[in-house]
Amino acid sequence: MKRKLLSVILATAMVATMLVGCGAKEEAAAPAPAAEEEAPAAEEEAPAAEAEAPAASGELIKVGIINNDPNESGYRTANDKDLKEMFTEANGYEASFAYSLKNDEQITAAQKFIQDGVDYLLLSAADTAGWDSVLKDAQDAGISVILFDRTIDADPSLYEASIVSDMAKEGQTAVDWLKGQNLSEYKIIHLQGVMGSAAQQGRTAAVDEAVASDGWTLVTQQTAEWNAEKAQQIVQSVIDSGESFNVIYAENDDMAKGAVAALDKANISHGVGKDVVVMGFDCNKWALEELLAQNWNYDGQCNPFQASYIDDIIKTLESGGTIAEKTIIMEEKGFDASTITQDDVDKYGI
Amino acid sequence: MQKTKSSEALKGIVRHQLFIPVLALLILAVFNLIADPNFFKITLGYNSVGDPVLSGYLVTILDYGSEVAILAIGMTLVTAASGGQDISVGAAIAIAGSVILRVLCGNPNELLEGLQAPIIVAFLVACVVAMLFGAFNGVLVACFKIQPMVATLILYTAGRSIAAWINNNTLPIVTDTSFTYIGGFIPGIPVPTPFFVALACMLVIALVMKFTNLRLYTQAVGINESSSKLNGLNPVLIKILSFVILGLCVAVVGLIKVSRLSTINYSVVAKDIEMDAILAVALGGNALSGGKFNMTASILGAYVIQFLTTTLYKFNVQADALPAYKAVVIIMLVVMSAPSVKEKVASLSKKLKSNSQTKEVA
Amino acid sequence: MKNIHKSFPGVRALQAVDFTLCEGEIHALMGENGAGKSTLIKVLTGVYEKDEGQIFVEGKDKAVAIRSPQEAQKLGISTVYQEITLCPNLSVAENMYIGRTDGLCENWKKMNADADKILQSLDIPAKATQQLASCSIAVQQMVAIARAVDMDCKVLILDEPTSSLDDQEVEKLFGLMRDLKARGVGIIFVTHFLDQVYEVCDKITVLRDGKLVGEYEIKDLPRVQLVSKMLGKDLDDMSDIKSDQAAYDKADASTAVFETEGLASDAGIKPFDFYIHKGEVNGFTGLLGSGRSECVRAIFGADRVISGSVKKNGKVVKISKPLDAMKNGIAYLPEDRKVDGIVGDLSVRDNIILALQVLEGFFKPFSKAEANKFADEYIKLLGIKTASADTPIKSLSGGNQQKVILARWLLTHPEYLILDEPTRGIDVGTKVEIQKLVLKLASEGMSVTFISSELDEMLRTCSRLVVMRDRKVVGELSGDDLTQSKVMNTIAGGDK
Repeated sequence: MKRKLLSVILATAMVATMLVGCGAKEEAAAPAPAAEEEAPAAEEEAPAAEAEAPAASGELIKVGIINNDPNESGYRTANDKDLKEMFTEANGYEASFAYSLKNDEQITAAQKFIQDGVDYLLLSAADTAGWDSVLKDAQDAGISVILFDRTIDADPSLYEASIVSDMAKEGQTAVDWLKGQNLSEYKIIHLQGVMGSAAQQGRTAAVDEAVASDGWTLVTQQTAEWNAEKAQQIVQSVIDSGESFNVIYAENDDMAKGAVAALDKANISHGVGKDVVVMGFDCNKWALEELLAQNWNYDGQCNPFQASYIDDIIKTLESGGTIAEKTIIMEEKGFDASTITQDDVDKYGI
Repeated sequence: MQKTKSSEALKGIVRHQLFIPVLALLILAVFNLIADPNFFKITLGYNSVGDPVLSGYLVTILDYGSEVAILAIGMTLVTAASGGQDISVGAAIAIAGSVILRVLCGNPNELLEGLQAPIIVAFLVACVVAMLFGAFNGVLVACFKIQPMVATLILYTAGRSIAAWINNNTLPIVTDTSFTYIGGFIPGIPVPTPFFVALACMLVIALVMKFTNLRLYTQAVGINESSSKLNGLNPVLIKILSFVILGLCVAVVGLIKVSRLSTINYSVVAKDIEMDAILAVALGGNALSGGKFNMTASILGAYVIQFLTTTLYKFNVQADALPAYKAVVIIMLVVMSAPSVKEKVASLSKKLKSNSQTKEVA
Repeated sequence: MKNIHKSFPGVRALQAVDFTLCEGEIHALMGENGAGKSTLIKVLTGVYEKDEGQIFVEGKDKAVAIRSPQEAQKLGISTVYQEITLCPNLSVAENMYIGRTDGLCENWKKMNADADKILQSLDIPAKATQQLASCSIAVQQMVAIARAVDMDCKVLILDEPTSSLDDQEVEKLFGLMRDLKARGVGIIFVTHFLDQVYEVCDKITVLRDGKLVGEYEIKDLPRVQLVSKMLGKDLDDMSDIKSDQAAYDKADASTAVFETEGLASDAGIKPFDFYIHKGEVNGFTGLLGSGRSECVRAIFGADRVISGSVKKNGKVVKISKPLDAMKNGIAYLPEDRKVDGIVGDLSVRDNIILALQVLEGFFKPFSKAEANKFADEYIKLLGIKTASADTPIKSLSGGNQQKVILARWLLTHPEYLILDEPTRGIDVGTKVEIQKLVLKLASEGMSVTFISSELDEMLRTCSRLVVMRDRKVVGELSGDDLTQSKVMNTIAGGDK
């Protein structure tokens, strides 16, 4: 009896958790993009909007977007916001969104979109495997699939295009920039992301290569798991040991920030023309502002703005064109503190 | 006669609850002394603002160990009263930190310069929120009799999303420099402020234990709930109280965390810190099944864990491998405190003693 | 099986104890609490490892080693412990067969059928598929015995099996024991009940302070001598108490200090009226499960009260939880010492001050000195045998634990003391001490309700008995009516 009661309570609690979790997500997602507020406004003027939109095919294009949870990172938030701004009725789209960090939930969402009869399925998969059958279903239903941000292990014929960042290229751009600084010696603290993630692998590879070819020294190469506090502790540990270093290569902005906090504590100067070169990735707005203030030296972009690329592809397909290249690698910049402008911060900061 | 007395004294030391954490501390210290005596070097320097600061591994340990020590206070009480552990501490810190940011930076959709409210107000609001979440856990555990780890799993899962929601998923940055003193250094004082915060918490809990019946009530409830009830205690209330106190500790650590970097990242801030806090309680020789507790031992345990973490960092152990090393420590502790092992050790030492005695006779 | 012999020189718990059990005999193992009975049994069953000495089985010359309960079981030694060691959330049949099935897969049907057969043959009122927790403690005890019987044991050890059984159930158990004896099983019977020893046993071995006092044929050892052997002195037996009886006859009979009107709790007792005078000792009596404990628990607010009221000095007081009762000067020593009484890991001192500290409130802890003063005072007053006030209470013997609980409540200076089975499972000496204390307290003006399974104990101490049957108050006896036969009759619902 008691046990039954307990299990009932537990089940209730679980449901409650999900509600809390979902509620939080929805609410977090809803107000975030200010642009969304424009969307309902556009809806109210639906007749007018529709009158304008049909320019292409006379009807709204239905897209189902499956993304990771926007709470995951600043990158994802910017990505979600970008998509929401692009796929509005004003632009001729009727968009539905589904968020999950779990592959099976994403697949379920995909099946639902297929049943709803969307025209395009846009997918940022949580996991690379397990997508074959559902994408085949989509193909059979005449739905075009476009991958963004992440690729999957499936036959390329199952999707129209894949828009991704090239992490290795991001790393290479950063390392090339570092080489160009012509420092007399390179003693690097390398703060890695969560080991095995695509971003970590790509951004680490370029450094490892340069260490081997150019004789750079790695003072320490440690994973701080994207975590500012861990980065701070790792750098603190190097400072405590008394080893000298002149470059901090952090694979995201958070870790760079943690590293800088440790430097400040020990009165080690950093930034343009100072003792230590600080490098980060992802182009968070606050990070670019640090660049603008000359406190950091370099920030590599990881472009979350895939919406315009997707829009181009859909327009091409709708007008009967073909996509020349299946894998589209987005243009990604690296910002140098000595050349960055306020415009860059506003435009590229996420 | 003298001999037996000293051996009795030795036995007393070995049996004392502080023995394990002190021993662990000594082992780590000796290990570092042999490996690199520089470990113990403390230098007085100046930070980038020009204030005097002490630096060195030991200072780092005091600095970061203080966070775990504060949490260990609350975790010890929760463990004692409920016989289980709160695993939602990290998520709750994210919530408390988010609340502090929200109050200090105002509406996340408008970028405002400077503080929107005094730090103390932000802290107090965070305390209230964290204590409410603590009470939520406490009610699940005490009223609905859910196993603490399962009950706190709810907040563990949902907490970081709630934290992100509080600030509309933005990451505000506190621009005021005086705010950084809490997680850094107060100008003119070269010892990290978190250590003073921890000292203050220890003082408060020491006073509370001295001037209230918290210790007796908590232990009685943790050891025998049914008997406590018949002695007029309200076990439900006392369990909830322990979770609320932990909530308070969480708010304090949240403040330190936010202050360290002037902002936090909800998804990773204080990640796995609950494991460190639980480990601190275990390392302090407190039974994880509840009952009697020794607060001093838990706090000492917290610093020992940071000692271990810092040592591992020093030797460039991969950060993602740290939990594995800590797991080894946990296993050793659990095995050492198992009754069967204790008996074996006791009989072994008895044998050794009788051997040495016969030798003396000979 | 012919001989079990062992000796253990040099240990405090047991020093050079010999013990012999013959085939087909019921052998009582007697001694006060802490005399070493339980230790001896645990050595025999492999729970403890012996330090020295030998055990011989079936008259063989070669000593056997018993290092674990499993090995003991293989040798045919089975035990039913004082505390039930079964799993309450498994079924009866599962409890009977747990740990001794051949493979992983069990034939549930067969198991249940077998279990039912055994239960029937032993006349135990339980079904194989019933969950154990839903049986009464007595039945659980009998299931434990049934389990042992079914294991074809040659030696059956019964450690206080009767302490939670009522007379009928005890009779049934004795029948069972005699039956087993006839089949050639040797039974070691540990109990505090002298009557039972003389009813069923053939031989007695007496232990005291971990030492062997002697082994006697039952007919050679009269009761008085047995008691004196256990205590190591001549017991100033029960006759002494009687003289004190005068004290509470003078009880102020004018108004009741506490009375209840139609009180009923969710524990399932029928509404009852009850009163107690200043300086009076009365008691609830009845068979096991008749609602004795539930009545006093209702008065103390330990169970949820669903109707009726409690009056103190004629005025209604609200008692919805134990703390309310405590504030009104009621103290309650619970029936189950281990579960509801002691706080095991805490020191004797903390256990003594606990109730008073709760009464004083959260913000008024005693200083160390105060706490020590209280503890020392009551340790001395009640003669509690403990190494120090810092000793955890769980390492004390049962009788001393009970005294600590008693001290806890006396420290609150209650007006009304409820003692529910204060003498269960403790040695004869302490029993008498507690009874004397009760009478002394009453003579000082305290009202006491005394509940005991031993009727003569009740008759000796109480001036009025409330008799219960089937969770209902069925009668009240006082004065000349307080005789064994009258009480029995009322309990049985006979002529009255």
